Amino acid sequence: MSLELKTNIPEKNGSGVARGSNAPKMPIYLDYQATTPCDPRVVEAMLPYFTEKFGNPHSRNHQYGWEAEEGVEKARAQVAAIIGADEREVIFTSGATESNNLAIKGVMRFHKDKRNHMITTVTEHKCVLDSARHMEMEGVEVTYLPVQQNGLVDLEKLKAAITPKTALVSIMAVNNEIGVIQPLAEIGKICREHGVYFHTDAAQAVGKIPLDVNAMNIDLLSISGHKIYGPKGIGALFVRRKPRVRLEALIHGGGQERGFRSGTLPTPLCVGLGEACAIAQREMGAEAERLRFLRNRLLEGITKALPEVYVNGDLEQRIPGNINISFAYVEGEGLMMGIKNLSVSSGSACTSASLEPSYVLRALGVEEELAHTSIRFGLGRFTTEQEVDYAVEHVVSAVKRLRELSPLWEMAQEGIDIKSIEWSGH
Amino acid sequence: MTRQIYMDYNATAPMPPRVIEAVASSLGQVGNPSSVHRFGRLARRAIEGAREAVAQAVGAKPAEILFTSGGSEANNLALKGAGRARILASAVEHDSVLAAVSAVERIPVDRDGIVDLTALDRMLNTDPTPALLSVMLANNETGAIQPIAEVVRVARAHGALVHCDAVQGLGRMAFDLPALDVDFASLSAHKLGGPMGTGALYVRDGMVLQAQIAGGGQERSQRAGTPNLSGIVGFGVVAQQSRDDLQAMERVRELRDRLETGLKRLQPSVRIFADNVARLPNTSCFAVAGLDSETQVIALDLAGIAVSAGSACSSGRVQSSHVLRAMGADPTLSGSAIRVSLGWQNEERDIDEFLTAWGSLLVRHAKSLQTETAA
Repeated sequence: MSLELKTNIPEKNGSGVARGSNAPKMPIYLDYQATTPCDPRVVEAMLPYFTEKFGNPHSRNHQYGWEAEEGVEKARAQVAAIIGADEREVIFTSGATESNNLAIKGVMRFHKDKRNHMITTVTEHKCVLDSARHMEMEGVEVTYLPVQQNGLVDLEKLKAAITPKTALVSIMAVNNEIGVIQPLAEIGKICREHGVYFHTDAAQAVGKIPLDVNAMNIDLLSISGHKIYGPKGIGALFVRRKPRVRLEALIHGGGQERGFRSGTLPTPLCVGLGEACAIAQREMGAEAERLRFLRNRLLEGITKALPEVYVNGDLEQRIPGNINISFAYVEGEGLMMGIKNLSVSSGSACTSASLEPSYVLRALGVEEELAHTSIRFGLGRFTTEQEVDYAVEHVVSAVKRLRELSPLWEMAQEGIDIKSIEWSGH
Repeated sequence: MTRQIYMDYNATAPMPPRVIEAVASSLGQVGNPSSVHRFGRLARRAIEGAREAVAQAVGAKPAEILFTSGGSEANNLALKGAGRARILASAVEHDSVLAAVSAVERIPVDRDGIVDLTALDRMLNTDPTPALLSVMLANNETGAIQPIAEVVRVARAHGALVHCDAVQGLGRMAFDLPALDVDFASLSAHKLGGPMGTGALYVRDGMVLQAQIAGGGQERSQRAGTPNLSGIVGFGVVAQQSRDDLQAMERVRELRDRLETGLKRLQPSVRIFADNVARLPNTSCFAVAGLDSETQVIALDLAGIAVSAGSACSSGRVQSSHVLRAMGADPTLSGSAIRVSLGWQNEERDIDEFLTAWGSLLVRHAKSLQTETAA
């Protein structure tokens, strides 16, 4: 069967703003840390496993099963390759959330009788923090390390937090909101020296920065499919074999995936994740350069035209496809409304429906007002220069318009220190 | 090349073209259902549409359907998340039920694999600990259909909750979960021609499960993680189609009956498991003493026919089926069992080719079969 493979991201040529006359008008997608569209090459690789190679990869009795299994195993090797692992160390899961749950709960449940302490940071993804809280309810002691103003962990604080009771350190590779890259190799070295497992949530890092589980002494690493132009519903967990990491399964049953994760492996999704990894590994270098150029163009375009804007998180130790900016003297919801031709996020996708200011930004010490007016721009494989230019124009004019209406901005222009004002109660 | 004949639908079913189209087109759509912008809202709408279709297929309300990564996860979530200290399951359940918690008490079954209600009542009488029962709607190996309504009646008399693994039932037999009165039920998309990696758990209105995968609060905080959008969309399409599938099942039943008539003609001593009770219309599990499973599946594979020697889920471990053992089948007989499970692509000539291949297998092994019969 022939299928037209395309994304709903506007075509690369054209302004990215003007659309076909009868096409529904879609905003510009700048939310690549929330999710990415499947690369058409990935869908292409998956298709045979929807059609003629549809077998259950665990079927031992016939060709259909063997072909499916072959697809799964090739994909496993592709996933292993992008993080420098052995293919036998890769376990497929339903996504990074499951991987993170499995790593944290699995390791702590296995080890808590002897070592009931784990360390993580306050800026982790919600599913890591929730897993840690879950383990607290099961009697595990959890240290939540603060981060520095740039979003990076303080290695001295990490060292100081490790005790003889510590079984696991879970620190994300790249933050989903501010894109900062944690010093993985240094963290890994510290963990190895202390005989503590090092788990890293690499959902936002795989395919964006080079990763090597051996050079970085990583023992467990979570991967997501849909953050790297693969399908949703698939992820992986790297579980080191030497020295062997022991953990308890979350999903029991047929004993698939070395007993760590039961359930029929979804062949097409595994194949999609594998292909996504292979493409990312091949194109990472050139893509990073292209995205860095676009990201800098976006940032310079905004900062040149607007005063009082602040970048959240370290600018250097950061993936190229992310920038997170707070705009002073505008109001958060107004800003989002003002730029609704851009699909961006004002926080992590998982919490963006709530009006709480981002806990990640608060952890960096960003004031509440500025946290509310922060925008995450996520650039990716299908982002064009025209789209970036349009975004700059759109953001700049929206912020200027909102500031013109803002009495606070007027006061600031007149040199009044707003913090010194004692507001009367109502 | 020999024409390939697939007869292993209970392991996984091929996807109809319209499902593939829906899945492939959804894969290209960007948008995280949790995002508030347009792309996110469109993704969310697609998921909620599918939820309605799945709910409708089993007579449930959309809010009673939680999407999971598949049947195994759904079974695990129900058994671990219901918060009951004591769990009883029929001895013929899927591994993902029997292994979900460490101490599952097994409810015995009769010769046809039907759960023994008297034994169940006795087990519940002996221990007042609040229990959860898990009894499947239809067995994956034999197709035997359990008397769920009666199981529920016994359970209610003892204040027990009931989970039903309905993975093999969807699209193959008519059922209505609220009418069955179960508290939880597991569903899977790929057994009826939907995509792999998608399942659902029916959670009766008013029941809440402890999430096993914690995180972003998705699926009413009972199952975190960005949902498998394309999988769920595909699930919606097959669910919508499942009522029509039931009509098509009558054709499949005729094929299955044709197969079994042929088997008996070729080998009158063939044992067809669970043939005294109501079965799924697509499943036939049978054995001839002396003709072991391995020999049959290998010969059939060479003839281009894909069947199974029991459940596909045992991931390479060669061991006799716990289902047939629980039914009291003789080890030599259960070691000779093969499962044929049919579906939408099968035709009459598939059955005839199967019978030809199986018949010549019988001829080739006539000697050993005779010895077995004589012994």
